Amino acid sequence: MSSLNESPFLKIFVSYLPIFMLFFSVFNEFDFNYLKLEYFSFNFVHLLIFFWTLRNPDHLGYIAIFFAGIINDVVIGIPLGISSFCYLLLCSVTAYIRNITLTPNFIKDWISLLFTILLINSIQVIVLDLIFLITVDYMDYLINSGFTFLFYPIFFIIFNFLNQRISIQHND
Amino acid sequence: MASSRDDFVIAIRSAFLKKKDKQKFSLLTLIFLSFIVIILSNFNFKAIQIVKLSINEVIYRSTNLISTPENYIKSLKKDFDQHMRLYETYNAIKIELENLKQKQLTNDFLEIENKKLRSLIDENIKTKEIFAKVLIDKESPYLKSVVLNKGSRDNVKIGMAIVDGVYLVGQIIEVNYSNSRALLLSDLNSKIPSVLAPNDIQAVVSGTGSNYGIIEHTQDEIEKNLNENEIIAYTSGLGGLYKPGIPIGKTSTGLAGKINFFSDFTQLSYVKIISYKIGGEK
Repeated sequence: MSSLNESPFLKIFVSYLPIFMLFFSVFNEFDFNYLKLEYFSFNFVHLLIFFWTLRNPDHLGYIAIFFAGIINDVVIGIPLGISSFCYLLLCSVTAYIRNITLTPNFIKDWISLLFTILLINSIQVIVLDLIFLITVDYMDYLINSGFTFLFYPIFFIIFNFLNQRISIQHND
Repeated sequence: MASSRDDFVIAIRSAFLKKKDKQKFSLLTLIFLSFIVIILSNFNFKAIQIVKLSINEVIYRSTNLISTPENYIKSLKKDFDQHMRLYETYNAIKIELENLKQKQLTNDFLEIENKKLRSLIDENIKTKEIFAKVLIDKESPYLKSVVLNKGSRDNVKIGMAIVDGVYLVGQIIEVNYSNSRALLLSDLNSKIPSVLAPNDIQAVVSGTGSNYGIIEHTQDEIEKNLNENEIIAYTSGLGGLYKPGIPIGKTSTGLAGKINFFSDFTQLSYVKIISYKIGGEK
């Protein structure tokens, strides 16, 4: 009922917020992935894609994720298409989980996230190191995967709150 | 058993092929598309190169634009910090200036002598400098690089050296029409032929992915001695990429083989892209 009083602009803004956050985080220089703190970094984009494609895929389309990946590659300076490929693999895991799950369970999602980010980071390392011969630090990737996994509950609460707001507006 | 396998196949097929109401492409189509992009981006066909350059141009400019508020906050914070440290910086600079004035007198003489000796062997170094602004300094764990606002229209070429003041910062690795990307010394893929002063030892300074470099390709005995004195690494000019004598960094006491770079790569705003030509070379 309260959402009826909100302005249409705010409603549209909230419903497009996941896409806005996705593009803002790949375009902007500020990134949780590159905080320039030694032994601390986490991949915000992975968390964002994992949550939204799992819980509310209507608000984060695959084509947007594909383009976000291309932009990320250009900004970071790695060969084009790698991030898109990894993001879409993340989407395929979430789509599979969505298909086999009747009632969503946070713990199961969290554990699947660990396996998924380990898988996609391994693919990225293999492609960069063995195919493109770009030397990468394995430890950075491992630490990044660990922190991404640990930070999921915090972002789950934030994204879940946002998702509920979007759902309320949608039902109105 | 067969039923659970069927369920798995159905779930996989549905995940990859089924499109939701608002999805225009299936997941499988986009995965194939990204795979094709990875393959195509490695071919050097002219059409692909043009598309790649256009994408780079648009995205670099957009990133720069979107990062404007963040960069403004960063510069405000930097100014505030500098202001708070004004008095102690003033005292430190005063002492440093006095020392430098004394050194300058000796250097002036050495410079004249150096020029005279070079003219005797008919050798002179002509340097060409291009000033550039750092558009993006998003250092990632994968690649330590910066994007500059000068490209092929300003005669920037792959391999040119990047300096911050007089200190070496990196090397151009990608050139677009109006911008270019430089690989920083701290990147794992960076290898600089260098000479270690004052002992005049040839070595290679390699990036580590962190804020320091390491000295490689020296004999074990020499490496032991590196721990005892303060060593300054300069470019040796071997390989013909860098002008000889550009300062890279110096060793920390007690940490053998570790080079602290002179330039702070997180604070780069303007840099010089330099190329050089040695006159008298056949």
